[in-house]
Amino acid sequence: MDLSYLTSHWGQVGQLTWEHLRLSVIAIAIAFPLAAVVGTIAAVVRPLTFPILALLGFIYTIPSLALLAFLIPSQGLGTRPALIMLVLYAQVFLVRNIVAGLRGVDAATLEAASGLGMSAWQRYVRVWVPLASPVIVAGVRTALVAVIGLTTIAGWINAGGLGELLFVGIGRNYPAMVLAGVIAIIVLAIATDLVMRSLELLTPVARAQRSSRQR
Amino acid sequence: MHERQHASGGGSGGSGIEFVEVRKSYPRAARAAVDGVSFRIEPGEFVVLLGPSGCGKTTLLKLINRIIEPTSGRIVIDGVEIHQKPAVELRRGIGYVIQQSGLFPHLRVRDNVAVVPNLLKWPKAQTAARVTELLDLVGLPARTYADRYPAQLSGGEQQRVGLARALAVQPSTMLMDEPFGALDAITRVRLQDELKRIHRQFSQTIIFVTHDIEEAVKLADRIVVMRDGGIAQIGTPLEIVTAPADAFVAELVGARDTMRRLGLLPIGHALDPDYAGDASLPTIEDGASLRDGLSFLLESGLSRATVVDASGAPVGTVTLASIQRASPGEAAMDAAPAVAGR
Repeated sequence: MDLSYLTSHWGQVGQLTWEHLRLSVIAIAIAFPLAAVVGTIAAVVRPLTFPILALLGFIYTIPSLALLAFLIPSQGLGTRPALIMLVLYAQVFLVRNIVAGLRGVDAATLEAASGLGMSAWQRYVRVWVPLASPVIVAGVRTALVAVIGLTTIAGWINAGGLGELLFVGIGRNYPAMVLAGVIAIIVLAIATDLVMRSLELLTPVARAQRSSRQR
Repeated sequence: MHERQHASGGGSGGSGIEFVEVRKSYPRAARAAVDGVSFRIEPGEFVVLLGPSGCGKTTLLKLINRIIEPTSGRIVIDGVEIHQKPAVELRRGIGYVIQQSGLFPHLRVRDNVAVVPNLLKWPKAQTAARVTELLDLVGLPARTYADRYPAQLSGGEQQRVGLARALAVQPSTMLMDEPFGALDAITRVRLQDELKRIHRQFSQTIIFVTHDIEEAVKLADRIVVMRDGGIAQIGTPLEIVTAPADAFVAELVGARDTMRRLGLLPIGHALDPDYAGDASLPTIEDGASLRDGLSFLLESGLSRATVVDASGAPVGTVTLASIQRASPGEAAMDAAPAVAGR
């Protein structure tokens, strides 16, 4: 393995890794509130559950390059079309887990919350979402890791990130540069996955489960 | 029938809970879940809604705190129709205990009990003091239990926390939906005793749903027997057991099973007026059932025993003959009219 590019350009690789992570996190930060609204509607209004999930599944089947090519005429090049693509793809993972998480909460627990006099909003914030949070956070993890992979494609339309090393490296027939990009992306994805898994341990439900085990 | 006095409640006419032609039907259902029910619950009364599954007892209970909305009719609590204030406000004033406790698994015991005080924005110190007081009341010392999560408790302990949570803001009305249904027999009896003690102490109006006739007889001031969304009979436990209104109620209280019915009647029901309590005879506590009394006499080979109260003071004598006289015979059962149309 030719690691010469990685060792000689670690500053540039680090800079691109940071750019890559930033773009991915911004995409999730935009995607999550949207998914929270869509997911809650899909979970509460049962007739809408299937159409919403089917539509998002359909969006996800569109190849990323095709979607970008489709966006370029109206959005141009750069981060804007890239973010639109990432936010759209992230919806599948986020909404699917939000729906599954909310639906998975015991109906009797929710009825108890209402019966004690919580308003619909109090019940949502204090009981429903906290109890669904492990599944929702797992959705954020899956979405973020998927988006990190997809952000690579964004390098193709000058949105920055580690994709640049791949596309430029391929164009110049410079395997060491491509390898540097590939390694950085893999490390970033694995590190993100680990960080998100530890975040899952901080959810209220996980905390309660932990205390229960060390009774 | 019971000795408590009710100082609370505004006037004789307005207080208590009144059901007026309450009806709940669902579209596509063959018959109404609750079909024009009217009756009245006195303040401080312990009323048990009893019946087989699907009889409408739980629906009727949930109509009171508007978990379910009625199709028609009125429910009036202490003179105020329940739709005259927001549902959220109504519910905060009514204690609610459900089967399997319905505790919030992500909250510690103290935060579960503090749910309603927190909704009402009590000062922190007041809430903390109240939580400690409530946990003591239900027999779970705060020092040991307050910081545990529900999953760290046994089923009985969870149900105690559920009870403490419902009692938090001293509601004058408590709704209990088969709260002890999932507990083992020993734990269930213990919690029934605790609930009776709490009711004697605070005199809330309690509406309690069960399908267990023994539980109903033990707890209730009055039993409302339900069938097919309507009321089959309302009466004291003694009335229900000794004078079932029809074959359906007779079946529920153990129609042809004399021993079972004897198990439902208190021994005080069979005191022999010809004898005073004789301290030299073997004694049996007045909490026992007629079945206990009969077994006691048969096993001891005696024809008489002295009934004593909890303090050991004699209150009377039971004899084989007095138990026989008190037991509701087949004749009473046969006299009960058959259930119309069934």
